[in-house]
Amino acid sequence: MERKEWPLWEIFVRSKNGLDHKHCGSVHATDARMALQVARDVYTRRQEGVSIWAVRAEDIVASDPDAKPELFDPAEDKIYRHPTFYKLPDEVDHM
Amino acid sequence: MGAPAMTQTTPAHLEYVLRLGDAALIHGQRLSEWCGHAPVLEEDLALANMALDFVGQARMLLSHAGVLEGKGRDEDTLAFLRHEGQYRNPTLCEMPNTDFAHTMIKGFLLGSFNLLMWSRLCGSSDEALAAIAAKSLKEARYHVEHTGDWVIRLGDGTEESHRRAQAALDMLWPYTNELFAANPTDDAAAAAGVGPAWSDLAEDWEKAVLAVLKHATLTVPARTPFQSYGKFGRHSEHLGHLLAVMQHLPRSFPGATW
Repeated sequence: MERKEWPLWEIFVRSKNGLDHKHCGSVHATDARMALQVARDVYTRRQEGVSIWAVRAEDIVASDPDAKPELFDPAEDKIYRHPTFYKLPDEVDHM
Repeated sequence: MGAPAMTQTTPAHLEYVLRLGDAALIHGQRLSEWCGHAPVLEEDLALANMALDFVGQARMLLSHAGVLEGKGRDEDTLAFLRHEGQYRNPTLCEMPNTDFAHTMIKGFLLGSFNLLMWSRLCGSSDEALAAIAAKSLKEARYHVEHTGDWVIRLGDGTEESHRRAQAALDMLWPYTNELFAANPTDDAAAAAGVGPAWSDLAEDWEKAVLAVLKHATLTVPARTPFQSYGKFGRHSEHLGHLLAVMQHLPRSFPGATW
């Protein structure tokens, strides 16, 4: 008999109103309803959240780990991109 | 002479609450047997969570029964130190686990009953019972959603899942007769406003359950005159074994805490 794995879902939980949904892990589930149910059982059983997002893992577009040098290294020596690089005139005071 | 005050506990009132408490306790114990054995991790946690919901309900209901009884018995004494014939759960609750489909069908049949029961008990003349009902109603909604979805997935799933779900339904269906059997305890409790006679829920229960079973492409077995009598204290051969496991620790080490 052919064994099929259930699809993988990435789970995001918002801990309280006003905060962002944060990635907290993943579950296997056959469909969206089930993904929310098991996410509720796995990740919010100790009152960790007020809202759950479930996203099919295969629908997430991720950057290529091998592309790290060209994507992220060039930012290393661009300290002028940080606001702290600039000296503000005294008159500006609390910015 | 005015109307009699509700402070006087009647034997029917106590019996009515014990039935609810024991149903939750025994169903919760059966669900807890799945811990570490479910087909997937996600469902293992779901089953354990549901088991804990029922054990939590049992704690509240048995504590309340102890107060109604007025003999100083607390939830633990009632849960762990009674004999088989003193339990008042419907026989359906004590049916042993076989496969996952069986547990989902059973959970759905019982859960649908609980959902109606708690929603009616929110208006109980017994305020403590009404408060327990309000809390339990939310849990029951989730139980019905989770088990009902599984009933549909399994029934309308593969050939094997359908076969197993149908076998479970055929096996368990006759035990639902007991839920709705009329009896004097229910009549007295209903008259006092404690809660509905369970038979009053039959029509709504059947409507709700049949809709899901139809969606699941399962064949509803014909009603038979079969009767079980767990809620009257006459149980199947299975309850004694369940109690042996459940009571072993508190009986071996009385008063143990951890």
